Amino acid sequence: MTEIAAARPRESPVAALFRHSRHVLTQNPVTAFAFGLFLLILLAAVFGPYIVPYDPLASDTTQALKPPNAQHWFGTDQLGRDVFSRVISATRLDFFIAVASVALVFLMGGLAGVAAGFFGGWTDRIVGRVADTIMAFPLFVLAMGIVAALGNTVQNIVLATAIVNFPLYARIARAEANVRRDAGFVEAARLSGNADWRILVGQILPNVLPILVVQMSLTMGYAILNAAGLSFIGLGVRPPTPEWGIMVAEGAAFMVSGQWWNAFFPGAALMVAVFCFNLLGDGLRDIVDPRRRT
Amino acid sequence: MTVLFDVEHVSKFFSASGPDQLARLRRRLSGGPQKLPKVHAVDDVSFVINKGETVGLVGESGCGKSTLVRMLARLVDVSDGSIKLGTRELALKPSRVFARDRDRARVQMVFQDAGDSINPRFTAFDAIADPLRRLRRKRGKELRQRVEAVASQCGLPLALLPRFPHQLSGGQRARVGIARAIAVEPDLLVLDEPTAALDVSVQVVILQLLQRLKRELAMSYLFVSHDLSVVRLLCDRVLVMYLGKIVESGPANSVFERPWHPYTQALVAAVPRFNDHVTERLRLKGEPRSPIDPDPKVCRFYGRCPIGARDCKMTQPVLRQIGSRRVACHFAEEFVVERVSSVHETQTLPQA
Amino acid sequence: MTTAPALRVEDLSVEFRTRSGIVRALENVSFSVGKGETIALVGESGSGKSVSAYAVMGILDPAGRVTNGRALMGDIDLLTASPRQLAEIRGRQIAMIFQNPRTALNPIRPVGRQIADVLIRHGKLPAREAALRAVDMLRAVGITDPGRRALAYPFEMSGGMCQRVMIAIALAARPSLLIADEPTTGLDVTTQAVIMDLIADLASELGMATIFITHDLALASQRATRIVVMHAGLVVENAPTQDLFAQPRHPYTAELIAATPDSATSLDELAAIPGSLPDLRRSDLPPCRYSERCPRKIGTCAQPLPQVAFGTEHVVACWNPIPAPVPLKRAIGAA
Repeated sequence: MTEIAAARPRESPVAALFRHSRHVLTQNPVTAFAFGLFLLILLAAVFGPYIVPYDPLASDTTQALKPPNAQHWFGTDQLGRDVFSRVISATRLDFFIAVASVALVFLMGGLAGVAAGFFGGWTDRIVGRVADTIMAFPLFVLAMGIVAALGNTVQNIVLATAIVNFPLYARIARAEANVRRDAGFVEAARLSGNADWRILVGQILPNVLPILVVQMSLTMGYAILNAAGLSFIGLGVRPPTPEWGIMVAEGAAFMVSGQWWNAFFPGAALMVAVFCFNLLGDGLRDIVDPRRRT
Repeated sequence: MTVLFDVEHVSKFFSASGPDQLARLRRRLSGGPQKLPKVHAVDDVSFVINKGETVGLVGESGCGKSTLVRMLARLVDVSDGSIKLGTRELALKPSRVFARDRDRARVQMVFQDAGDSINPRFTAFDAIADPLRRLRRKRGKELRQRVEAVASQCGLPLALLPRFPHQLSGGQRARVGIARAIAVEPDLLVLDEPTAALDVSVQVVILQLLQRLKRELAMSYLFVSHDLSVVRLLCDRVLVMYLGKIVESGPANSVFERPWHPYTQALVAAVPRFNDHVTERLRLKGEPRSPIDPDPKVCRFYGRCPIGARDCKMTQPVLRQIGSRRVACHFAEEFVVERVSSVHETQTLPQA
Repeated sequence: MTTAPALRVEDLSVEFRTRSGIVRALENVSFSVGKGETIALVGESGSGKSVSAYAVMGILDPAGRVTNGRALMGDIDLLTASPRQLAEIRGRQIAMIFQNPRTALNPIRPVGRQIADVLIRHGKLPAREAALRAVDMLRAVGITDPGRRALAYPFEMSGGMCQRVMIAIALAARPSLLIADEPTTGLDVTTQAVIMDLIADLASELGMATIFITHDLALASQRATRIVVMHAGLVVENAPTQDLFAQPRHPYTAELIAATPDSATSLDELAAIPGSLPDLRRSDLPPCRYSERCPRKIGTCAQPLPQVAFGTEHVVACWNPIPAPVPLKRAIGAA
């Protein structure tokens, strides 16, 4: 089946990417919505702390546990801190945790997996055994263990999340590299004078990227939930740092006595963020995969 | 005729999926034979390619032609033998590092499935530019000019250069594959069934393009194909392979007009010709012999060959020179004249 | 032919709905196969030859729709038959074999079982007897040691053997018509010869009609008594094999012959067919879809196509067919 599309004048790859992105977004309103939401979250992360009405750490016990009103849109918590300011400020931390975890696991797992799939032999065996070892543990328990052993700092939370997701990325990357290792274009690349490592990075990795990108966006949601979970049991971020998970943890106790806003708003923020990242994954795949370009 | 490539006694063995580790260990402990079974993909093949020549390589699937050409193109290592380009022995350098060799550009390849041989994330421009970047260190404007020149030479409209492989037709992809291969001006171009996936009308254009390029760039071709009619038109000489060995070679026209080896005869008889009702029922029964550890005393064709004499399973026939041809059959000379005129009756032979 | 044809296709039109428009894949395609006759549908990719077969068998892609025409087998029109009628006919009266034998077979069932399935479904045989008959079928298609092979899986067999198995499945219920869609593309040429011989032998033994779909004109010329040439969804020429090659009437047929390597003695003699396939999504497609590339185009070519007969057996859809006997190579070009 021949697809003869109209020829376009020469344009840079970046411009082509933008044009294609715009096309995808207009075709798919759900993706456009996810993108919009993502931008909103990003803006909140970057500018949030500067525009919030109250200092997220300032406590005023006279104002404790006030329900949502005109001065405090999301109410106040047990120490009189403005919940709204805390939720918005927490965006930065949670967003950072998500992005950093994903970047780290992509580098570690993606590269290790691609090398294992492409070279085979001992590289494959070693990566496989490392992944097996990690998978032998229940993943959340492993994350708990890592943070407990190394201390609850944000860096360790990021590290724990990355380690726990390593096998998944390694396996996906390995499978994709394995399939392509005998492809015609790899042989052609050798004929063209590309050394093995160059083939790995310049030819195989770009083909593996779209699949990993989808996974990365899902992992972002997971990373936030993971951090929230760790915070909930006290192994995450330390108070008084605003972070959605820890806010839910502290607010949960007040649900019973009717002060729902403490836990509700950070929980809602969590939900919206994870929802957004999941939707994003699909849309990103459409953009990144050239086969979907017409 | 100056010799460009001199291939001598080249072989390639793969280990057959032998018994597992436990069985091997057991065998070693009990003192039994330790040699693993090997697949003789290519077995003691020798030939030359001269400057400016087009040599055809025909044979069925499993005969080893793909492995052989990949050894020539240094994508795969030889198990044994020598491959000389001019005076230089290429087989010495492992294929793993040959990509960075100074002679890498002298042998290039065009693949059967052009779509598979181009990275799906590369544009046509990127694909053609890659060897120029790596092997000729071209950059920027110089690179672009060279890519455009080569594309035009191959009849590829410049407007198609920013496209991805899935946006191109089969014929256009084939042109990209050819452009990429000739961009570095190789001495030898190996073509692995380059038109197999193309329509007949596109095939004509591509074959004529290849013919023209050969003249313009003074290259030699090694043309692998299962389509004998195409080989007949394009090639000066032809090598016929069966189960890892060359069974016949010689000028293309005479090999196809009057094949001497029984396998070549069966091959030629099987090719559908225009308006020719099947009269010669020279059918090959059964399946080819196993290429795993074949008995060195038995002819590889024994069992499917209409001649099944005692000599055939006592001594492996050697590829010997008769005039301008070489044949590997004990009975080549004796039966030559008879074969041409008689109509064969096949015998149902037991599978050996 | 005095007896009724095994299959008669009349004015078959098929279109496909795609994201980029409606593709008019077939336009008023007509041909017929007599009982026990072997014909070939010949054309390049995009000619619609496979689509015709798929439409007749009722296995078109969901995006495809038959917009016109009939496919008559006896009294039944296959295109309007009920699913139950079709289920009875498929496998029992018409069978089809496909291009890639390995993908057409079920990879997780032994081949003997796959043959037995047909016998149980259509032959109404009990399982044990069906299994025995399956072994017989394997022997009939030339597979050695059939008893053992019946238990093998497709991945354990070579391409040629898989194709034989597919033939065995197709012929198990002794159909009166076999449609073979590029059955030997991808097989070695010696295997191809054996498979084609096998189909021909079985066809004559069963009195079965055969439709070969192929792009290989030489192969068609060798095996079929009648050739139907298709181009861009239209039948352009329909003639007995001898007549077609002795005197091709449609310019496309002549060009196709001249482009086949077998017809030339040197590479320069081969002629490329000028131009390329028209985009079948266009709404302004001319009635003759070859006219835009045709060297013999005249004014009348914008009119709906006629059916010009040369003798009783040879029909061409052309306003300016190649006239009285001229040598093959000079049949191309201005008259």
